[in-house]
Amino acid sequence: MHSSIVISQSDRRPMYQQIMDQIKQRVAVGEWAPGEEIPSIRQLAIALRVSVITVKRAYLELERERIILTQQGKGSIVAPDPDLGPRLYHEEFQEHLEQATRLGTLLGLSNDEIARRIQEASNRLNEDRLTKEIV
Amino acid sequence: MSELSVQFQGVSKKYPHFSLDEIDLELPAGSIMGLIGANGAGKSTTIRILMGLVHQDAGSVRVLGHPMPADQAAAKLDIGFVSEDMRLYGQATLAWHMEFLRPIYPRWDQPYAEALVRRFDLTPQQKIKGLSHGQRVKAALLLALARRPRLLVLDEPTTGLDPVARKEVLDELMAVLADEERTILFSSHNTLDVEQISDQITFIDRGRIIDSDDKEAFLDRWRRLRLVLPPDGAVPRFPGIVQVDGSGRLPVLTTNNFEPAMVSACNELGATVQAVDTMTLEEIFVANVHSRRERLSA
Repeated sequence: MHSSIVISQSDRRPMYQQIMDQIKQRVAVGEWAPGEEIPSIRQLAIALRVSVITVKRAYLELERERIILTQQGKGSIVAPDPDLGPRLYHEEFQEHLEQATRLGTLLGLSNDEIARRIQEASNRLNEDRLTKEIV
Repeated sequence: MSELSVQFQGVSKKYPHFSLDEIDLELPAGSIMGLIGANGAGKSTTIRILMGLVHQDAGSVRVLGHPMPADQAAAKLDIGFVSEDMRLYGQATLAWHMEFLRPIYPRWDQPYAEALVRRFDLTPQQKIKGLSHGQRVKAALLLALARRPRLLVLDEPTTGLDPVARKEVLDELMAVLADEERTILFSSHNTLDVEQISDQITFIDRGRIIDSDDKEAFLDRWRRLRLVLPPDGAVPRFPGIVQVDGSGRLPVLTTNNFEPAMVSACNELGATVQAVDTMTLEEIFVANVHSRRERLSA
């Protein structure tokens, strides 16, 4: 199951971050369920052909973010938190909102203007969806 | 992982035109170390001393608990060594080599050797002299791996290999690490290979170790800061900046000791930090060698 993680050498992000992001995605979509056992650090390192220390780093950060749990001598599991998947989506949503707000501020938009633009974007997406359903 | 497979303390060796100075090196069991250096930097000399093939003038070397070169016969039973200048018998076949080594090494693993023949796409009945460079490297590696040594020492294992053979070799090296007791030291000037699979990285230049650390720490410490200065603004100077490039109002600072506080320090000095770039191992190596050579000539 872990062979589905793909590390890209042309991706400028550090390898441990690529591993973290892909594990988060798997947890977010429910492919790795809460409480499920995940590969050991060494197993994943060998499967991905990256150093043990890189996977260890990714696991440590994921533990800090309470996405996985590592039990001494027992290996790692996805945190047994049923809301984990939705929580990850919410966190990602929050990050995108903040990024959009930062860009808006850089463009000199007021808070109200930014809120209005988000509303507009949302309306547009809904209209698109409706048109598609009608067609 | 607390046990050390390799330990160098203050190792020196003098030649008429080259010397290795005060080499300290520690490699914990269960990990991979990549030794990076330009040609002639001292990688092969370091490896030869480790193998007991060259005797150091000063300093102590311990390999798998054995003092070297005194205890090299015992140590070598547990070390698999592959280097470019190691010769296989040209007139003999790979199968002949396998039969030759099998009774010598008690841990020789015949099923593993046969699996490697297939994975490396080798023909055991072919004479060594008829093999390509890549096939010869893979044959030598197979003979070392099948002995199941606790320590693998590889001098430039991927040099001159085509991309497919390189991947086969790296895959096999990673597979070795499934056993936590086994350790690999390899030298390379291909920083991509080293960056991918190494836990520990050591840079060597002009006979000295210029930096040695675990890979994540290396990649974390080095950053490039792209700045925009106000008109007539001075380039901020603080400890940890090893290089300043770029031009005029757009300097690029390279640091080997990045702290997020550097960004606010730049801001306080009136400079805007446009970007904080991570660096590849290759960029880190070049900047490291460059800044050290500059300091020496200053």
